[in-house]
Amino acid sequence: MAKLVPLRTAIEELVHEGDSVALEGFTHLIPHAVGHELIRQGRRNLALIRMTPDIVYDQLIGAGCARKLTFSWGGNPGVGSLHRLRDAVEHGWPQPLELEEHSHAGMAAAYAAGASNLPFGVLRGYEGTDLPPRTIAERVTCPFTGEELAAVPAHRPNVGIVHAQQADRRGNVQLWGITGVQKEVVLASARSIVTVEEIVDELELRPGGVVLPAWTIDAVSLAPGGAHPSYAHGYYERDNDFYVRWDEISRDRERFEAWIERHVLGTTDVEDYRRSLAAAEVAA
Amino acid sequence: MSLAERTYTADEMMAVEAARRLHDGTVCFVGIGLPSLAANLARATHAPECVLIYESGTIGAKPAQLPLSIGDGELAETADAVVSVPEMFAYWLQGGRIDVGFLGAAQIDPHGNLNSTVIGDYDRPKVRLPGAGGAPEIATSVRDVFVMLRHSPRAFVEKLDFTTSVGDRVSVVVTDLGILEPRDGELTLTAVHPGASADEARAATGWELRVADDLGDTLPPTEAELAALRALQTTRLGA
Repeated sequence: MAKLVPLRTAIEELVHEGDSVALEGFTHLIPHAVGHELIRQGRRNLALIRMTPDIVYDQLIGAGCARKLTFSWGGNPGVGSLHRLRDAVEHGWPQPLELEEHSHAGMAAAYAAGASNLPFGVLRGYEGTDLPPRTIAERVTCPFTGEELAAVPAHRPNVGIVHAQQADRRGNVQLWGITGVQKEVVLASARSIVTVEEIVDELELRPGGVVLPAWTIDAVSLAPGGAHPSYAHGYYERDNDFYVRWDEISRDRERFEAWIERHVLGTTDVEDYRRSLAAAEVAA
Repeated sequence: MSLAERTYTADEMMAVEAARRLHDGTVCFVGIGLPSLAANLARATHAPECVLIYESGTIGAKPAQLPLSIGDGELAETADAVVSVPEMFAYWLQGGRIDVGFLGAAQIDPHGNLNSTVIGDYDRPKVRLPGAGGAPEIATSVRDVFVMLRHSPRAFVEKLDFTTSVGDRVSVVVTDLGILEPRDGELTLTAVHPGASADEARAATGWELRVADDLGDTLPPTEAELAALRALQTTRLGA
């Protein structure tokens, strides 16, 4: 049953060194506040899972939190490379990073299998590509038609983490707009944390909205603005300029470290982080 | 026409030529960048009923301006339906409901196979690229794959460093110099853009490029196409 706790407490209690951790949110509702708190608390050797490890994982990888990355597309959307991810893969900085890469369809099937308590997901995929020898995927034969299909092991993260628009006071959560794989990751994970823009007396059900009942979640934490620089539908827009700026910030190791030092390690929570960024913009 | 006389960019020519191949009712899976520009141009001009699907889960998106990410809020607000990512890939893509899928890549080979994973050796990469994304299953699930890629010997290679997706369903490659289509199992130059030549395309291809006997010329963008193209970009790209 979900406990309403400060994010710091949720991370202290639920995310341990070496855990497999999935932060999801497909372009929308990306749990950046959680990424920052993991860096502040110095979690190490995490096996990170995420379909699109964009800026949120570039920061965790560059800050030395990750030993492994399971993913399907690792870029800065609409901008270019993730420089910290590339530096880890190409030069082992700040430490080597083991990769397990899939396609989007494979990752989605693996999450759906995890949520369904099945050992593997099945799809018509990977065929003819060089991915199978480089990832964990096998061929299986349909017992009914004889068709050869791809099997991928279910994702069962130790901790699944998402950001949502609202929770009520009992810890029931609702998110809407582009809902990605958030339902699947919460249901597939042994433990789960949800950060929210707002806590309301009662959830008003939205068309196309995803509701996660309180009893599927371990901790709900208030983190207004916690998806920045991604967006929260109905609350704030995507900070497109930040995605462009990140290309420059992250290109250079020292500049990246200075940014993390100032805006993440030098701040206490998401509101402090927002103030720190705003102050830097005024000064610039 | 000399380049100096040209009133449009190479990217605009590519977007226009890809857009012309989409029709009312064509259901297309769109990536960000040039494919998104092409599909939205088709919708703004000759194919208002072209159905745009972005892999974030938005089906029938009708953005007024070009989105900057595949998951922009405007895509969800204007879509006929918004579905989850597992549903998108299982029911809609694997379900065989999509006509045209756009792909880009760092490398393409003579058979339309694509690499968006790595340049150099996998374990010691020269350049680590973003990876597969939706490409492997888009390439085998849609009816026609449209590839959009600028011509260069580094991109058009005899042998890929890594096969991220297979080329069986590639029906056209739109480059900044012209159009390649599969003929007898190999990509063949079938048309050149105004101002470009077959020799230029040969020089920019890392294999012995076949040129069709009936090599054609694409038509330059019309004023209406350019106006629609630029209107799509004004607000966002100008900002």
